[in-house]
Amino acid sequence: MRVTRRYRFAASHRLHSAALTEDENRELYGKCSNPYGHGHDYVLDVTAVGPVSELSGQVVHVATLDRLVSEQVLNDFDHRYLNADLGEFKSAVPTSENIIRVIEDRLIARWRETFPGEWPRLEGIRLRETKRNVFELKS
Amino acid sequence: MLITRRAEFSASHVCAQPALSADQNREIYGAASNPSGHGHNYVLEVTVEGEPDAATGMVFDLKKLKDLIQQTVLDPMDHRFLNYEVPPFDKIVPTTENVAREIWRRLEPHFEAGRAHLNNIRLYETEDLYVDYSGEHR
Repeated sequence: MRVTRRYRFAASHRLHSAALTEDENRELYGKCSNPYGHGHDYVLDVTAVGPVSELSGQVVHVATLDRLVSEQVLNDFDHRYLNADLGEFKSAVPTSENIIRVIEDRLIARWRETFPGEWPRLEGIRLRETKRNVFELKS
Repeated sequence: MLITRRAEFSASHVCAQPALSADQNREIYGAASNPSGHGHNYVLEVTVEGEPDAATGMVFDLKKLKDLIQQTVLDPMDHRFLNYEVPPFDKIVPTTENVAREIWRRLEPHFEAGRAHLNNIRLYETEDLYVDYSGEHR
């Protein structure tokens, strides 16, 4: 069984690659490369999978998942300028593709210590940048 | 092909096990263990899988699916206190996981072998928390 929990964070970013010229950046990223950045209300869905515990009737202890996501993602991402405030985006462009990968890495880094047994496992994450742009990753 | 029918019901529940202490229940279920219970507007999505029938052009008669959901889920569960009024939740904790599994158990026998079959139950307890259940082995 899969359990999906939805989280939200507001963050700004600028899509601009140091490997490209100003014109190339403008051509590739359009208004997303405007120099002072811009922001989104991101919606993050985290899906855990596993059997239902006979004891608790739960697949995942949701409060524990909330704490993991807060500590590993929301506390660092919410109300931040991703390019400047997060080490991962000093070199990588904070496209949603790169953001979702960073989020997955951060969750996996502490998943096992947070959920020590075989289950639940991280099934996947979905990141909604806007209502029209959604990105998904199966773990 | 997958087709999904959505339905809503409102119900109250309390998540706690009689064998555990109040503190242990609070540890596992948090505020959901408050003894007098609380409620949700559950949103249920029932997904059926099959190929469109050559004659009708339909995977499954949605009116039939609507009636089935009404009779097996909404009539017994809507505006009820699950623990007190809807077996088996007098014996097992009505977590979202267990409610989803119970809904699957109620719907699944109504699908004939070899025809369209039940693919998934998605049950939203809130907008920010839902479970997907596709049977014991999937």
